[in-house]
Amino acid sequence: MSLSSTETDPALREEPSLGVRMGRMLLADKFALVAALFLVVMVILALVGPAWLGEEAVRQNLRGRNLAPFDWSRGWIWCMGADALGRPLFARIIVATQNTLMVAAGAVVLSAAIGTFLGLMAGFSSPRISQIIMRLADVIMSFPSLLIAVIVLYLLGSSIVNLMVVLSITRIPVYLRTTRAEVLEIRERMFVQAARVMGASSNRILFRHILPIVFPTLTTLATLDFAYVMLAESALSFLGIGIQPPDITWGLMISQGRQYLTNAWWLSFWPGLAIILTTLSLNLLSNWLRIALDPVQRWRLEMKEPANG
Amino acid sequence: MAEHLLDVRNLSVEFYTASGVVKAVRNISYHLDRGETLAILGESGSGKSVSSAAIMNLIDMPPGRITSGEIFLDGEDLLTMRPDERREVNGKRIAMIFQDPLSHLNPVYTVGWQIREAMTTHGLPKDAADAQAIRLLGRVGIPDPQAAMDKYPHQFSGGQRQRVMIAMALALRPDLLIADEPTTALDVTVQADVLALLKELQREIGMGVLIITHDLGVVAEIADRVVVMEKGALVESGTVREVYKNPKHPYTRRLIAAAPGKGVMHEGETQGEVLLSVRDVCKNYGAFQALKGVSFDLMAGQTLAIVGESGSGKSTLARVLLRLDEPDSGQAIWKGRDLFQLSPREIYRLRRDLQMVFQDPTQSLNPRMTVFQLVSEAWVIHPDILPRAKWRERVAELLQQVGLSPDHMRRYPHQFSGGQRQRIAIARALALEPRLIICDEAVSALDVSVQAQVIELLDKLRRQTGISFIFIAHDLPVVRDFADQVMVMQKGRIVELGGVRQIFEAPREPYTQALLAASLDPDPDVQAAHRARRA
Repeated sequence: MSLSSTETDPALREEPSLGVRMGRMLLADKFALVAALFLVVMVILALVGPAWLGEEAVRQNLRGRNLAPFDWSRGWIWCMGADALGRPLFARIIVATQNTLMVAAGAVVLSAAIGTFLGLMAGFSSPRISQIIMRLADVIMSFPSLLIAVIVLYLLGSSIVNLMVVLSITRIPVYLRTTRAEVLEIRERMFVQAARVMGASSNRILFRHILPIVFPTLTTLATLDFAYVMLAESALSFLGIGIQPPDITWGLMISQGRQYLTNAWWLSFWPGLAIILTTLSLNLLSNWLRIALDPVQRWRLEMKEPANG
Repeated sequence: MAEHLLDVRNLSVEFYTASGVVKAVRNISYHLDRGETLAILGESGSGKSVSSAAIMNLIDMPPGRITSGEIFLDGEDLLTMRPDERREVNGKRIAMIFQDPLSHLNPVYTVGWQIREAMTTHGLPKDAADAQAIRLLGRVGIPDPQAAMDKYPHQFSGGQRQRVMIAMALALRPDLLIADEPTTALDVTVQADVLALLKELQREIGMGVLIITHDLGVVAEIADRVVVMEKGALVESGTVREVYKNPKHPYTRRLIAAAPGKGVMHEGETQGEVLLSVRDVCKNYGAFQALKGVSFDLMAGQTLAIVGESGSGKSTLARVLLRLDEPDSGQAIWKGRDLFQLSPREIYRLRRDLQMVFQDPTQSLNPRMTVFQLVSEAWVIHPDILPRAKWRERVAELLQQVGLSPDHMRRYPHQFSGGQRQRIAIARALALEPRLIICDEAVSALDVSVQAQVIELLDKLRRQTGISFIFIAHDLPVVRDFADQVMVMQKGRIVELGGVRQIFEAPREPYTQALLAASLDPDPDVQAAHRARRA
């Protein structure tokens, strides 16, 4: 135990504003910086994509069916090749960004918010309420999620909002259980007791003392879920109850390219790459965020030179 | 040159950390002979455990690196050995016992299995190992050793677990036993027994014992020679008596001066206004009676020390008084009202008057809040105490009052040492301007020299502001210079309650006498006299 005492950190003499500090810490982590830039580009594409390339993305060109990528003679829009109906993949991926990110982000945010809230309740309130919430989670988990999706989408009709709702319902238990388990542990910690001795209300303890500790775990979970939701959405599309052509999402593009995998890999490859890069960026960024928000870890990003001396 | 059993020469160990290279151990040398006990004395961060970790090959490399030195065991250099030779030495010739036996025993195997494993890995047949394990358990004083073989670690008490660890360590009759704070987690009465057992076994086996401790009392009780470490350097060495009677290095002098139990005792006046009057408090956890009818009065501006070993109900009493747990029966009259009958609304107001300082400041301060946020949280919760504009000023004032600097406000708890963190916790308690602060083992996690400072601070606050304290401790000497009244508890009952002078100079009850006798005095002569009386 002789090394556990920490030296006081001279780097903390002058404290700039939070925004400046976060900016500096982002610059210090090159991977996170690239990831952040990539995500910014993705969001911009999601906003302007349909207006910019909307027409090209649906215009068929039967002479260019399954056109191979890197064929520079035809112009930049064909750089990624074309799909089974000769539509340029590059344009389609960009146009699909909007729907994909909207559904995925919507579903993740919705499920994380509801799940976290219910998890905090379940971990902190009376055993009876906790029991009710947990059994509810069990019901959702024991029900095949695709079956729920099929029923709900059949009843309500397929739209982007309904899709978000359905996908988020199936993911709520993940956040709920994680949050509850962490709350049960953290509520026994001394600083929670200390807050209670000071007379802090339950709300204050939950949101000021417990939530900030659970938060990093939840962001990590949410970024991982992002990829899952994108693929689940494509499964629904494949069953004919998700997003339907002529609307496009990355997941839908992958499932459309599936039957040509042996002779035209690029049909599934490019949208797959888009999903991978997006989730990877989110992951890197959430990893950075976890460190940046933790006062104990923050020095890793604020040091001038890397740690391995 | 005569060969020593263990000879550490010019050992230096470095660790690569974020804030650069930390020289954990700098150029230290010591030696140990068979049948001898050497104590390494030091506070946290002194590097006292690192040198023994080097002997046992327990340093993680990297980030650690042994930059210089040799460690000879019977003339063989341990540091240049091959890994397989080294494994033969560990366990068989050098054994180790740790501070916290619960975390060093595997919870999913029986105790018998674990002792047997220590022997079978070094080539003893299983049935011989079994017989030997039973004999060992009997030898270290575990009742019914045959049955104990099939029990799991959690079924033993803390003292028994440490005995099991000792049995395990001694299974192969090692030449050298390293004991890293072996009794720090134990009750005083148990501590004396475990140390006596170690001594006895040492005589029997003839091994050398290297004991690592922060406690001068332990050194005085068991060691022949002592080396004192400070910040990685060896500052003093010699026989225990020499070092205690005639310390040369200023650090050793400071350490000896900080040992509790030397100052002037309070007179323990019994008149004055009664602040809190507790009557017949009972609390059960299932079938376990944690408190069996506790009654006492606390005067305004006084300090009541509650002393008891683990399981005495002292912490339960604190939790009940703060309404963190509900009592089963009894009363606690505070300002004419029964604390236990207050509504949630009234409890909220009560919190301003009644505060608590916890044992471990590392855990009682939220790691994600700055010092300013931690201290000012009191005023967020009770907005009528102070207008927001004055918060910064008042936090600075409070920090100065507890001996910290106002620019510490923007830092986070992990950037402070243990003693400084406890000061922050005290500042936080003071922010509400309470009438009574309950300190639950508030100094037991701190180094001796820091302990003295924190106790001094609390006493100063009491004189300046007239706050009353209930000070809970497991160790009698700690409360000697600080308390007005002392209440000794055992198994949920009050054994003895009286003024501090009466308890220390003329204890009436046998249990109090036993506690006083068991607590270790830093003076080796006094300690030798104690031993003689016990024997």
